[in-house]
Amino acid sequence: MVEPRLVLLVSAVLFGLGVAGVLLRRGAITILMGIELMLNAANLAFIVFARQLGHAEAQVYVFFVMTLAAAEAAVGLAIVIALFRLRETTDVDDVHLLRW
Amino acid sequence: MTLAFAILAVLAVASALVVITHRNPVICALALAFNLVAIAGFYLILDAQFVAMLQVIVYAGAIMVLILFVIMLLNLQAEARPRSSGVFQRWLAPLGTAAFVGLLARAIALEAPPAPGARPPGYGTAASVGQELFSRFYYPFEVVSLLLVVAMVGAVLLAKRRL
Repeated sequence: MVEPRLVLLVSAVLFGLGVAGVLLRRGAITILMGIELMLNAANLAFIVFARQLGHAEAQVYVFFVMTLAAAEAAVGLAIVIALFRLRETTDVDDVHLLRW
Repeated sequence: MTLAFAILAVLAVASALVVITHRNPVICALALAFNLVAIAGFYLILDAQFVAMLQVIVYAGAIMVLILFVIMLLNLQAEARPRSSGVFQRWLAPLGTAAFVGLLARAIALEAPPAPGARPPGYGTAASVGQELFSRFYYPFEVVSLLLVVAMVGAVLLAKRRL
């Protein structure tokens, strides 16, 4: 039996790396990858608690999060493609029309 | 079990570091796929076999192929300056993230995890997850299928040159 706190710690570190990826990177696709990292860290925490409490319920939540991640990736990548058509770049620092 | 956990933890954190630091987006995507498979390994040692298989098939399979496909479609080269240019993001973001992870780690260390409950037989199999999914979570399941349709229509609408 693995100590649940250690797995939660790994999950927290992965979430932090995802946040850092979103904040630090300029490429739109690498930012999307950071979001995927965060979603996976949350899923890992769900699975730890599911096992600890003995409920299959949290595994269903993980299923929903995965579906959401798939929808997010599809729409996000479509936006990246539309952006690339318009500007020939995926660098988010070049897309600052809505920034004050 | 502990050895498997240690190896998986190192692999997951190292591949996540590659994802957020490497200049070449293709390498980033492959490191992310590696990270997703490592997390599937975590699911296996945590007795969630069905979710582990879903992770490999849906995440490491479908979503990563989508991301790699877009990277290669757009023919993205290695980024000359991968890091954000703003002073705020460059210096404050790593500090803030480290503080956030520290806070989470402190909370995990101080708070005792819930007492282990008895796991029913067949825990984590497709049968037990499917039982939950199609009884208590039936309406959320339908809403999620609607969400997938909306995402599909939205993706086609956004990416298509001319309707």
